[in-house]
Amino acid sequence: MIEVNKQGQVWVFAEQHKGKLEDTSLELLSKGRELADTLNVPLAAVLLGDNVSDLCLQLGHYGADKVILAEHPLLEHYQTSSYSKVIDDLIAKHKPQIVLYGATPAGRDLAPRIASAVKAGLTADCTDLQIGNHEVKKTNTTYENLLLQIRPAFGGNIIATIINYDRWPQMATVREGVMPMPEPDATRKAEVIKETVHLTQTDLAIEILAEHMEAKKVDLKASRVIVAGGAGVGSADNFKKIWDLAHCLGGSPGATRAAVDLGFINHDHQIGQTGTTVRPSLYIAVGISGAIQHQAGMIGSQKIIAINNDPKAPIFDVAHYKIVGDLNDVVPMMIKAIKEKV
Amino acid sequence: MGYNCVVLVKQVPDTKRITGQAMNDDGTVNRAALPAIFNPEDLNALELALKIKDEFGGVVTVVTMGLPNATGVLREGLYRGADQAVLVTDRRCAASDTLATSYILSCAVKKLNPDIVLCGRQAIDGDTAQVGPQLAEKLELPQITYVEDLVSLEETSIKVKRNLGNGWQEVKSPLPAVLTVLDTANEPRVGRAKQMMKCKAAKCRMEIEAIAKEDDCIDVDATCEALDEKGLLIKQWDLDFLEADLQWCGRDGSPTKVHRIQSVVLAAMDTKDVEATQAGVDSMIHELIQDHTIG
Repeated sequence: MIEVNKQGQVWVFAEQHKGKLEDTSLELLSKGRELADTLNVPLAAVLLGDNVSDLCLQLGHYGADKVILAEHPLLEHYQTSSYSKVIDDLIAKHKPQIVLYGATPAGRDLAPRIASAVKAGLTADCTDLQIGNHEVKKTNTTYENLLLQIRPAFGGNIIATIINYDRWPQMATVREGVMPMPEPDATRKAEVIKETVHLTQTDLAIEILAEHMEAKKVDLKASRVIVAGGAGVGSADNFKKIWDLAHCLGGSPGATRAAVDLGFINHDHQIGQTGTTVRPSLYIAVGISGAIQHQAGMIGSQKIIAINNDPKAPIFDVAHYKIVGDLNDVVPMMIKAIKEKV
Repeated sequence: MGYNCVVLVKQVPDTKRITGQAMNDDGTVNRAALPAIFNPEDLNALELALKIKDEFGGVVTVVTMGLPNATGVLREGLYRGADQAVLVTDRRCAASDTLATSYILSCAVKKLNPDIVLCGRQAIDGDTAQVGPQLAEKLELPQITYVEDLVSLEETSIKVKRNLGNGWQEVKSPLPAVLTVLDTANEPRVGRAKQMMKCKAAKCRMEIEAIAKEDDCIDVDATCEALDEKGLLIKQWDLDFLEADLQWCGRDGSPTKVHRIQSVVLAAMDTKDVEATQAGVDSMIHELIQDHTIG
């Protein structure tokens, strides 16, 4: 068990497969940066693999102060037993106060194994992380600067904020595509800390006999935020505004059938009866009139913002926020508001 | 040959049918107000165990942790084909998070000495997918998550196919091992009506004690014995029987605590008019950040 300490670093597990970092890890670095700055401690990326030191540069650009690098031939492919053994030891050695993992298939396999071994708390699939205080009325104690781990629970019917105050590290997995992707800063450099790894063949519990991985497709279903454009967007060129807004929210671009037929974007992004059905936390409909066939694919969204210059567009009947106006004005305003975190 | 399979199952509230009444004033969930169901992916885990038994022989045990009313899922496990059922129940289990739960379950699993431990990938009330891997760690066994298909079984090893979302992997693991099973793995069988009627009578000791309180004619020991002979006594284990270390159970054994719960059950459809000005857009984005719609 790791004792509570306030000097502990903030760690992000830098997940890589075949020498390529997962987007989620880079997104997590931006959140990690924010948390580390609030706590006034360093942000470290924890990188495991074989011959992956090239990635340290990128991790620095994306906000890491330090990269804790563990390289070993047996770490070439992700495996629960070898990766958890190495990270368990690193946690015991460095005593970080926060460890974050992407809620990827590997992250959700690895983090609970580590939590069990180091006897720490773990919150799955967080959609937001903050630093805050927690008061225990019974003992009249206030625990300061804890990691507030915010996640939907109960099939999305409640938002729970989870904390752990008496055991470190505070650990969480974070949903993919929830945190905005940071802008890399090529002038930033991370200090690389090389760790010695002791692993033998017996540390690989299982044997990978065959594997087939496809390039990641657009996963609209897994997106927490979707910005969808319709025919009203006007042109493929103007559709870039949809991409920009989606990008700054860490979301995915979607489209109506009309927009796909007009060639603004490819069919993988189509939402509606003949496309994908989605239930994101936030759905932003831009230049979409709201035909029933489109509504069928997005009506389950928790919050809907509709932007259209026709006040009578049917999309407004299902929207929580109605903005009557020109998308060319409104979308840049939204990007500005999000970037400034008003 | 034959394999000793232990399937961990959970009784969960049907989160697809939640109404406003399901929440207590203090923000906790009023489980009593919700229909309780067999966690869907645990049914896939049970089906995989039953297939192994059909093909290779062996024993299938369903285990759950919960209040005595959680025996509903155990009866369901029995009529779908499990050979025996275990209820882990103890007041001191209350407020266990995933870490404490996996510790308690690991104590129960050890008593059963299985070759293969199976559970659903995740439960629909929490969606954490943590208990499987944590249980595997507590048992010091290999874990194989996201199992979609059984490829082959040898005496001391198992080969399965895992679905990783954007691809798959075929892996071989020594036994015993812990498997977490996906909903796409199989189509769970429906129990036979005759079996279902028979298993309705299955009870744990606490349930019989509750009936005896109402009815003086019932002798608890004799009733338990009679049920046991028919294979209908649900084993009831407490933390003393499991020889569990209490510091790892219940609230004490749970590092995570709830700081706050916000209900997002939506009221009737409310549309807010937002002015197409920077100030209007700013206040909307502010609201969305406040309610955690965006991070």
